[in-house]
Amino acid sequence: MSTANSATSGASKPASTRAKPANKFEAAADWTDGRLGIYTLAKSNLRKIFPDHWSFMLGEICLYTFIIIILTGVYLTLFFKPSMAETVYHGTYAPLNGIRMSEAYASTMDISFEVRGGLLIRQIHHWAAIVFVAAMLVHMMRVFFTGAFRKPREINWLFGAGLLFLGMFDGFMGYSLPDDLLSGTGIRFMEGAILAVPLVGTYLQFFLYGGQFPGTDIVPRFFTIHVLLIPGIMLGLLVAHLILVFYHKHTQFAGPGRTEKNVVGMPLMPVYMAKAGGFFFLVFGVIAAASAIATVNPIWAYGPYRPDQVSTDAQPDWYMGFSEGLIRVMPGWEIRAWGHTLNLGVFIPLMVFPLVLMAIWVYPFIEAWVTGDKREHHIADRPRNAPVRTGFGAAWISLYVLLLIGGGNDLLATHLHLSINSITYFVRVGFFVVPVLTFFITKRWCLGLQRRDKDKVLHGRESGVIKRLPHGEFVEIHEQLPQDKLYKLTAHEQPQPLELPAEVDENGVARKAGPIAKTRAKLSEAFYGEGGQIAKPTAEEHHEITSGHGHH
Amino acid sequence: MSHEMSDEKLPESHGSEGHEAAVHGDPFADPGLPAHEPRRTDIDERAAKRAERQVSLLFIVSMLATVGFIASYVAIDIDKIVYIFPLGHVSALNFALGMTLGVALFCIGAGAVHWARTLMSDHEIPAERHPIEADDELRADVIEQFKTGAAESGFGRRKMLRNTLIGSMALVPLSGVVLLRDLGPLPEDKLAHTGWEVATPAKPLKLINMNTNEPMKPEDIVTGSLTFAKPEGLEEDQEFFQEQIAKDALMIIRIAPEDLKDRKSADLGFEGILAYSKICTHVGCPISLYEQQTHHALCPCHQSTFDLADGARVIFGPAGHPLPQLKITTDEKGFLVATGDFQEPVGPSYWERP
Repeated sequence: MSTANSATSGASKPASTRAKPANKFEAAADWTDGRLGIYTLAKSNLRKIFPDHWSFMLGEICLYTFIIIILTGVYLTLFFKPSMAETVYHGTYAPLNGIRMSEAYASTMDISFEVRGGLLIRQIHHWAAIVFVAAMLVHMMRVFFTGAFRKPREINWLFGAGLLFLGMFDGFMGYSLPDDLLSGTGIRFMEGAILAVPLVGTYLQFFLYGGQFPGTDIVPRFFTIHVLLIPGIMLGLLVAHLILVFYHKHTQFAGPGRTEKNVVGMPLMPVYMAKAGGFFFLVFGVIAAASAIATVNPIWAYGPYRPDQVSTDAQPDWYMGFSEGLIRVMPGWEIRAWGHTLNLGVFIPLMVFPLVLMAIWVYPFIEAWVTGDKREHHIADRPRNAPVRTGFGAAWISLYVLLLIGGGNDLLATHLHLSINSITYFVRVGFFVVPVLTFFITKRWCLGLQRRDKDKVLHGRESGVIKRLPHGEFVEIHEQLPQDKLYKLTAHEQPQPLELPAEVDENGVARKAGPIAKTRAKLSEAFYGEGGQIAKPTAEEHHEITSGHGHH
Repeated sequence: MSHEMSDEKLPESHGSEGHEAAVHGDPFADPGLPAHEPRRTDIDERAAKRAERQVSLLFIVSMLATVGFIASYVAIDIDKIVYIFPLGHVSALNFALGMTLGVALFCIGAGAVHWARTLMSDHEIPAERHPIEADDELRADVIEQFKTGAAESGFGRRKMLRNTLIGSMALVPLSGVVLLRDLGPLPEDKLAHTGWEVATPAKPLKLINMNTNEPMKPEDIVTGSLTFAKPEGLEEDQEFFQEQIAKDALMIIRIAPEDLKDRKSADLGFEGILAYSKICTHVGCPISLYEQQTHHALCPCHQSTFDLADGARVIFGPAGHPLPQLKITTDEKGFLVATGDFQEPVGPSYWERP
């Protein structure tokens, strides 16, 4: 059969049946399509619809700062020497003349003082990193509070979590590279933290540092990890993250004409090409201007690293602040027995640090398990309509902020004239108390907002017009909300709590619910039971109030 | 167990059926997409022209700013410092480059966004969503294909082949792990010793003042002072200086003998002069803040506080144990010397620390 085929088709080459292109642009597109299949690719994407909401641009800031970091980072590698070899500084910055320092520090000095524009690029790189992590955190909170992590987006939530985690660490490695007094202090801290790991800590420290602290290997090793390993993984995660955003299509808020089965917005070409593309330049422009105005990480002021020197107010970049808080407020527990030391005072914070992050990253899976919901969700929740989730998110933020306070306890003490001991004790207690309080306050707040929504739907909005009734009573006239508002305020769904199956089934056979099923039912009651949500107004309630009995 | 009480409690999401016609009597029905409201630039050609000019102006400003960037790069001296209110004295070149680059980029962005908002169509378009899950037919087809492929491979049937493959795949990464061995030397007991270990009562080691680089005499050290010291023979230009100073650095203080609370600590000192390790026992920052009235030393990194009059006991903060102390005395010429290593390892705790 194959021979017969090749005999007939082999004579004539398979020819393109396409009509002649109208112009050179079409000809070029045809050429590319014949090789890459771009028409098929563009068909579903060129006019892809994106919904519009200010909070959807937070993720864009992350993407753009990442690009800025890569661009400026590549430039910096052209001048930076990742070496801890000793050298004596002879450069334009007079105060350090004749001082011994590492090549890494000296080359960072040269970038700042000898290379024209080098300082600017360094500042942009650092500012962009600060904004990058901040934007990732805020973007994550947006996704969390609107429930945009629900099916089908759970895996993309985890990709995002991975990006945040790696972004924080790459930032830490980045500001450790110049080998100035502050960054060396960070590396010293890392040594102590690794040494606190039971059993293998000492070995890990010697292998990572190539011997005793500080050695001469840590900066070149961090350099490779900082510019190649972590950014490489991040780039992969980022591409996967974006592909999934395209594939799932963006979530949208409830509103007239917006359903679970559509996405309403404007097309990628031209509107979002202009808006999102333009936004890249806006972000870049603002960061460039910030770098001209505000100095970040002035390494020349800190001086080169010496293990026996330190500056006061030593602070990591803000995104490491919450781990700094854990380290600072932990009591110095140490267990010494059988010739070994277990340094709990450092090891516990080291373990709690990932747990704090993990707590919010596993939440989507807990919520999915509690609700038993296996459907796709594309309508973003208003935070008030998910009080338990919103309360949990707020509690998490409160813990994060509290730990930031703990990490900056020295600055708070000196600037606000407080006792550093009191701040530390407050954070120790607050670690357990503040998130719980925040949870309950936020949950109540959400329920209050739900009541207000219900009131608005049933009684309309206050018009500001006061009417006097024949018998003398003054009432304010309430106006019915327009249809789109009514829809918007009632569009959310309200799951009912799960009920455990009857103890005895219809055939009289006893079946006991296990502890897991019981926990699930209890959690479900907490999420969606009486204290968990305010029942939406029903059509009957609305009908009863709007028909007849006058306005009130 | 759990699936028995699953989905039936989930409500039907409102409007999930798309553009259902408003159910008669449902006051909360989805009214559907609102009609498009034209913008000024949609109906007034003069407004559109004005918007076009505004966008072009922004692009022109960007071009000028880029010219300004290049001009600044060429014209401004790199070490020129200027006073700019309210920033203070700043590098002229950095300021000029940053501002021109910022304006050049920002104006492109502002122009593009303004263009999109005023002149590009703002008709909202609904696009359909399709379930991410494949339908049952496709699912069955793919599973069938997979089963065929798996059966043809014989992976499940030929157990020996499968097990040896798993074995070899599990072992091969070990080569990579083994290769990491030479990342660093073994710790042995390196952390337990410092540069002071060469000192013996017969051959003591002088304490050298870090600032003057001279040996120290007890009479140089006044009560209430804080001096940093290093061992004799350790110089900045030596190859392993950084590693040595990371362990050898000393804090020398003098406390009136009647203020000393710890007998053992007082005995390790000389006439109230005490030599403590400068390296914090928390995570290794050098301790540098000393209150002479309270005899407290504070680590600026994590605020561990030690009472130096009481054997450097931890009185606040996350450090787990006191600062190690170095036994000091004077030699025949009256210089302060050490006659041995610290009583215990300096710096942060580690697993093998006794």
